Amino acid sequence: MLRHLISAADLTRDDAVLILDTAEEMARVADRPIKKLPTLRGRTVVNLFFEDSTRTRISFEAAEKRLSADVINFTAKGSSVSKGESLKDTAQTLEAMGVDAVVIRHGASGAPYRLANSGWIDAAVINAGDGTHQHPTQALLDAFTMRRRLVGRDAGLGQDLGGRRITVVGDILHSRVARSNVDLLHTLGAQVTLVAPPTLVPVGVGSWPCEVSYDLDAVLPKSDAVMMLRVQRERMNAAFFPTEREYSRRYGLDGDRMARMPEHAVVMHPGPMVRGMEITAEVADSDRCTVVEQVANGVSIRMAVLYLLLGGNEPAVTHTRTEEKSDR
Amino acid sequence: MSKILIRGAKVLGHDPQDVLIDGETIAEVGTGLSADGAEVVEADGKVLLPGLVDLHTHLREPGREDSETVLTGTRAAASGGFTAVFAMANTFPVADTAGVVEQVYRLGRDHGYCDVQPIGAVTVGLEGRNLAELGAMHESAAGVTVFSDDGKCVHDAVIMRRALEYVKAFGGVVAQHAQEPRLTEGAEMNEGVVSAELGLGGWPAVAEESIIARDVLLAEHVGSRVHICHLSTAGSVEIVRWAKSRGIAVTAEVTPHHLLLTDELVRTYNPVYKVNPPLRTERDVLALREALADGTIDIVATDHAPHPHEDKDCEWAAAAMGMVGLETALAVVQETMVDTGLLTWAGVADRMSVKPAEIGRAEGHGRPVSAGEPANLTLVDTAYRGSVDPAGFASRSRNTPYEGRELPGRVTHTWLRGKATLVDGKLT
Repeated sequence: MLRHLISAADLTRDDAVLILDTAEEMARVADRPIKKLPTLRGRTVVNLFFEDSTRTRISFEAAEKRLSADVINFTAKGSSVSKGESLKDTAQTLEAMGVDAVVIRHGASGAPYRLANSGWIDAAVINAGDGTHQHPTQALLDAFTMRRRLVGRDAGLGQDLGGRRITVVGDILHSRVARSNVDLLHTLGAQVTLVAPPTLVPVGVGSWPCEVSYDLDAVLPKSDAVMMLRVQRERMNAAFFPTEREYSRRYGLDGDRMARMPEHAVVMHPGPMVRGMEITAEVADSDRCTVVEQVANGVSIRMAVLYLLLGGNEPAVTHTRTEEKSDR
Repeated sequence: MSKILIRGAKVLGHDPQDVLIDGETIAEVGTGLSADGAEVVEADGKVLLPGLVDLHTHLREPGREDSETVLTGTRAAASGGFTAVFAMANTFPVADTAGVVEQVYRLGRDHGYCDVQPIGAVTVGLEGRNLAELGAMHESAAGVTVFSDDGKCVHDAVIMRRALEYVKAFGGVVAQHAQEPRLTEGAEMNEGVVSAELGLGGWPAVAEESIIARDVLLAEHVGSRVHICHLSTAGSVEIVRWAKSRGIAVTAEVTPHHLLLTDELVRTYNPVYKVNPPLRTERDVLALREALADGTIDIVATDHAPHPHEDKDCEWAAAAMGMVGLETALAVVQETMVDTGLLTWAGVADRMSVKPAEIGRAEGHGRPVSAGEPANLTLVDTAYRGSVDPAGFASRSRNTPYEGRELPGRVTHTWLRGKATLVDGKLT
């Protein structure tokens, strides 16, 4: 296993499957009356958030607390960072306080990579989203959700997503979620198709291990999962598309379009959703939409990642597996 | 000043000869010259070139003396074999008045390591709106002939046209930093395969090429000469080649780093590779080398851009753009152009001394190594190979992309008008 988690591209197929399998074990903890494991007792994790992201921070915090880690939350706003402190000094200050892992969210692409590779600190670094680069735990929780839905909770153990057809729709250009998903899904054997107006697809996408289409309706019937990405209304002002309505008509997912998907296919969204823009309320609230599951799965995935990076050799969940096996 | 005999130097890479310096001038070039009364420098097969001339240097003084001063910058220049550098105008205050350019010019003269020829800003404050007093800067003691808003593009077509026309009155030239501003908002690296993966803002080749295309046409229309700074793409080469074939008076420069490095290095997110224009692709690098060899690109210019450590020891987005280059320029040119067989040492002398002096009208520089010429010379140990150690730089800044990289060639001696500024690799 890696020492840091910076990019989904760094994960091998076996790494990724191990994380997904471990997350399944962690998920069982969530079903217990006391949702807590002693695994990271005495270890300190700092959530270093230079960008506001309440849902990701809370998800990491929940994961850390369920593993009994000591948690420090650091938000840039109102801190020394707003007084001009550098990332290096902030990180070294935190490490001097005895931090074992840094979960970092940063607006600059590559900031977690720099933190992990510049000799600034020794702690494990987990990327919780950097600029328009990567968001590996999001990709992992998405893959986890897909595996559960498309392969099965128990049947999925040890399995990847070989042969599954995954469609990602929306602002690919500015999306770290899209980049992470393309990398991870490819590693897991899935076929990925990106759908967006050409303005929101990066120049250079030709080297990515995926297909690109501008025609959502043509792709939907051949999709096992359709992931809708948030499209910020501000993009309209930079001429990425003419109007919200036009975007929504051409690339939004509504009930009619959802009906063209295969019956087993699911609709995913990393949140936050812009209802009426990329997704209608009808789709968002349908039982084919996994948005809420994704949130729950996020905690399990982050527990798995923290455990595998920090937990050492001991089993994450002692007794649990045998107990559950006997339950079956 | 006494006599110096440089014995057994391969002048421009040719057969070894002796070169006798008397005072500020080359007295004699030949074989078996008498050492009588002269200090002897055994060249021992090293290559002797006319002192190098850099048309594109940032000396940072006034305003950013924490990164470089005229003194440290000219010491770095002498270390790299340069006898003249053109100091860019983007200082604080901007070199857009006679006062600022004269100050920089005098500092260079006083320190005596390397002639400093200030470049004047094209527009007041580099803001692209109103022409600076170009004539006043030309008539000042600094005698400015090269004008540039480098760091910023003179993007307004009318302002560019007027500047091109106006400086004709005194033989000036506008050196354009070709960067269409709207196409490069939020740009952090070359736009392409690597930027798509890294999620860094793209700086597309077309943002450079479209400005170069416009400006060569403007130069043709008003009958002016135009110089293109740090040309970085294969497409730009094609445009300049086309313009030259039409007889347009365009000259172009390439930096050493664009001859060697590609955007693949950005995968490290290490800001030592952050530079403007950005590192491009292998295809661009090869096109630039070829263009420098065939003369489409006229000169090598360093774009020496010193920055303090903290401006590079950070995340990519927060880092400053630019690399130091004076002390590694010749080594990189040897690596990419000479050792690859693309250029002879005579060609190097042409691209790094003769032509830049011509474009910038630097009197006494870029002259032949022959009797009666000013003794501006540099001696290069071309057999040397060693890894770059920034700790040994004379520059105040260390932001080199070559740290630890093995490069060929080492400048051992530099003479500025007969006065040694560098002896055995040590500054005097």
